[in-house]
Amino acid sequence: MAALTQLSLAEARDGLQKKDFSAKELAQAHLEAMSAAKDLNAFITETPELALAAAEAADARLARGEARALEGVPLAVKDLFCTEGARTTAASHILDEFVPPYESTVTANLWQAGAVPLGKTNLDEFAMGSSTTTSYFGPVENPWSPQGEGRPLVAGGSSGGSAAAVAAGLCLGATGTDTGGSIRQPAAFCGVVGLKPTYGRCSRWGIVAFASSLDQAGPMTRSVRDAAILLGAMAGFDAKDTTSAELPVPDYEAALGAGVRGLKVGIPTEYRAEGTSQATVDLWEQGKAWLKEAGAEVVEVSLPHTKYALPTYYIVAPAEASSNLARYDGVRYGLRVEGEDLADMYRKTRAEGFGAEVRRRILMGTYVLSAGYYDAYYLKAQKVRTLIAQDFEAAFEKVDVLLTPTTPTPAFPIGEKEDDPVAMYLNDIFTVPASLAGLPGISVPAGLGPEGLPLGLQLIGRAFDEATILRVGAVLEAAAPAMTPPRMAP
Amino acid sequence: MSMIEGTTGAWEIVVGCEVHAQVVSESKLFSGASAAFGAEPNTQVSLVDAAMPGMLPVINAACIRQAVRTGLGLKAEVNRISVFDRKNYFYPDLPQGYQISQWNHPIIGKGVVLVDLPDGRSCSIGITRLHLEQDAGKSLHDQHPKQTYIDLNRSGVALMEIVSEPDMRDAEEVGAYLRKLRSILRYLGTCDGNMEEGSMRCDVNVSVRRPGEDFGTRCEIKNVNSVRYAMQAVEYEARRQIDIIESGGKIAQETRLFDPSKGETRPMRSKEEAHDYRYFPDPDLLPLKLEEAYIEEIRSALPELPDEKKQRFVTEYGLSPYDAGVLVSEQEYAAYYEAVAAGRDAKLAANWVISELFGALNKRGVGIDASPVSAGALGELIGLITDETISGRIAKEVFAEMVETGKAPGAIVEAKGLRQVTEPGAIREVIAKVISANADKVAEYKAGKEKLFGFFVGQAMKETGGKANPKLVNEILKEELGK
Repeated sequence: MAALTQLSLAEARDGLQKKDFSAKELAQAHLEAMSAAKDLNAFITETPELALAAAEAADARLARGEARALEGVPLAVKDLFCTEGARTTAASHILDEFVPPYESTVTANLWQAGAVPLGKTNLDEFAMGSSTTTSYFGPVENPWSPQGEGRPLVAGGSSGGSAAAVAAGLCLGATGTDTGGSIRQPAAFCGVVGLKPTYGRCSRWGIVAFASSLDQAGPMTRSVRDAAILLGAMAGFDAKDTTSAELPVPDYEAALGAGVRGLKVGIPTEYRAEGTSQATVDLWEQGKAWLKEAGAEVVEVSLPHTKYALPTYYIVAPAEASSNLARYDGVRYGLRVEGEDLADMYRKTRAEGFGAEVRRRILMGTYVLSAGYYDAYYLKAQKVRTLIAQDFEAAFEKVDVLLTPTTPTPAFPIGEKEDDPVAMYLNDIFTVPASLAGLPGISVPAGLGPEGLPLGLQLIGRAFDEATILRVGAVLEAAAPAMTPPRMAP
Repeated sequence: MSMIEGTTGAWEIVVGCEVHAQVVSESKLFSGASAAFGAEPNTQVSLVDAAMPGMLPVINAACIRQAVRTGLGLKAEVNRISVFDRKNYFYPDLPQGYQISQWNHPIIGKGVVLVDLPDGRSCSIGITRLHLEQDAGKSLHDQHPKQTYIDLNRSGVALMEIVSEPDMRDAEEVGAYLRKLRSILRYLGTCDGNMEEGSMRCDVNVSVRRPGEDFGTRCEIKNVNSVRYAMQAVEYEARRQIDIIESGGKIAQETRLFDPSKGETRPMRSKEEAHDYRYFPDPDLLPLKLEEAYIEEIRSALPELPDEKKQRFVTEYGLSPYDAGVLVSEQEYAAYYEAVAAGRDAKLAANWVISELFGALNKRGVGIDASPVSAGALGELIGLITDETISGRIAKEVFAEMVETGKAPGAIVEAKGLRQVTEPGAIREVIAKVISANADKVAEYKAGKEKLFGFFVGQAMKETGGKANPKLVNEILKEELGK
């Protein structure tokens, strides 16, 4: 049997039920792996006491034959989900001592299903970034590194800690959040599966807000099946989030294995973006071939407004963020830096509490909402957003799913692109359009580039049709070579 | 409309009002915390009201219902789709850093309020819109020498902002509008209209112009927490603006504060310091869509409103429009009146309620809900007048006793022996006595001094302790003196 940390979530679940090992053993193996991999900086807060207590409770339930969907499965949670009694920082100095008196709906769902909480993973500050280098707690290192070179790579972002923890075998799965690519891009960089569900599929209640009309929680795992299992436990209508969808959650795991025969796969012409690596282009071709071989019909489709997606995103998301982050004012909780008067206290608290990227986005957002600029920026962006959504609607009249690269390039060294925000933002060029349209997307690790670094392919589906992208993702996964990072926990 | 005479000619005042009316509801606009008034500080604050990270607003359906009810009561358009926006600004008593309000797409559109003025005129004041928004918390500056304390109990409480057209032309119209609006809100049960507790607040926009010319530059006067203050503020502000213009100055558009102790307005902040609120649709809330059937259901459950009730009082009870207007100004007055008038002389009942009852309540400084005389008791008293058990004059005596003791009128009449003397023989006896005791006056009367008749009536009434039926006294006296 493989080491406990190398099992898939599904294997661990089944092993627990068969009493091959206990939940406590499984939790301990992961806690040890976390200790041994501290240099990756994947976790901001580890919760071993909570994990062991939950594992013991899970063992008791397993013994009684009352196991729930995730009974005893050790998971990591992005430190953007509020966890009752466990520090929740959003990787920001302004919240670095914040302990919520409440539990987010998504994590509450996971604990209700019997999952074991290992800790809170590192991320870009307030989920703003594509590299997890904007964290107040320092960057996350990608468990993958280029062949013959020791220079650490970024894990991607913003859910870089979750991606690295999953890839390195520090947990069986993790939650992420995705606003413009924050699940899919780090998943691609770390060679794991990351799924951003349809906007409204998972409750946003208790997740520190970045951009409310885009934020969505989703699973990060080492297999497509694991993503299906984890999504099933996370998702569901929540009366506390009026943007969550009042729809039943399908059995995603059961939808796997149906293959792609008879499905139509669209290839968006406009995704042949400048700056895309040859390896990425080649892998995309390979992906098409795999799906064709498996019986799918592959057709070219057009999403004509694609080139406006990134600028649109960088108006809408900062605008919402500038307002969402106004509550961090030093008055009620979080950091307060005293000042001479109220305005001075605000200035000092927010200047010291927020990092450079967060401040940049607050400034951008404030600017685009200002009197005299609102129509030219925010209102225009909303109109373009509608056009982008209409592009997808038209495409989905012809096809069932879209296949694209997840990112233009593989992971880059930590420290690169730091002085060029636009270059950093271009990481999300393939993930942002689906975010703006609220559609589900999954990144599946599909191969290694010339430097031996993982690359991902993205599948975008119809609204609330996560089942289809999981089903197609499983086909890609089966065709792709197995990928284990050099830093996988033994 | 009345003009103000300046040194250079006549000026017209133009006023529009923005009324913030706190919605009567159990809980807040977007959270489950209680919206009750007067609790200990920070005891009615949910995680949403305190703007904890990751908290989301959920619309309180009861508040929406109240807003629609109010819109229908103001004879206004109910918008099938409305949008909640964020109004962004920093202040310690605004936890989110933004107020959730409605900007371009309010829940209620144009409506109208009919207003009766004391001089008998009526006019209609246009309603521009009504929108829902959250109240802020309260900053307490007097609890500590250097620090400000924050009470978030009010944070998130639902307010209706009711904006009028600039249709008012003097302080009287402003007063009448505010009273009428308050009356409608109270009839609907959507706002308690209590200006002292701040559950109804008013900002008045005042400008002046030469009759027939375009609107002048307006100043917004805040913190006006009674109808009387609103009227004072308009008077003062109009005069201030006219003085400035007539002495060659220009009005600066600004927000001013009304100081009730001095009866004047003073600048609060000027346009240069005005916030840029960066309104945008709240992405946490989907647009609010209202179904036709829902609106119709609310419409069908509306109570009879003041205008309709007034009309009914005029036609059904034969009251003057003025009396009817007074009686319907508060739902409780109207209900009281209708209980008194049921099966009785409706006009007499109106007179008694308006002059005697309201007079007594005023004197004691109590509302009709605390009236020492119940509607049933007053009705009984009016019954005693109309069936001639007592005269109107005696009835006032009985009423005074009812106010003092709370006893029933019949019991008072019996105990004090106030029953009217209507037996002609008894009256004839008394009159005979008066005639014989005043032989000299009788002679003068017979000689032509006819105005002495009143003297004899008075003497007869005096003899009977006021209990003699005045009509019979007149008749018999005429007969006896004519002999």
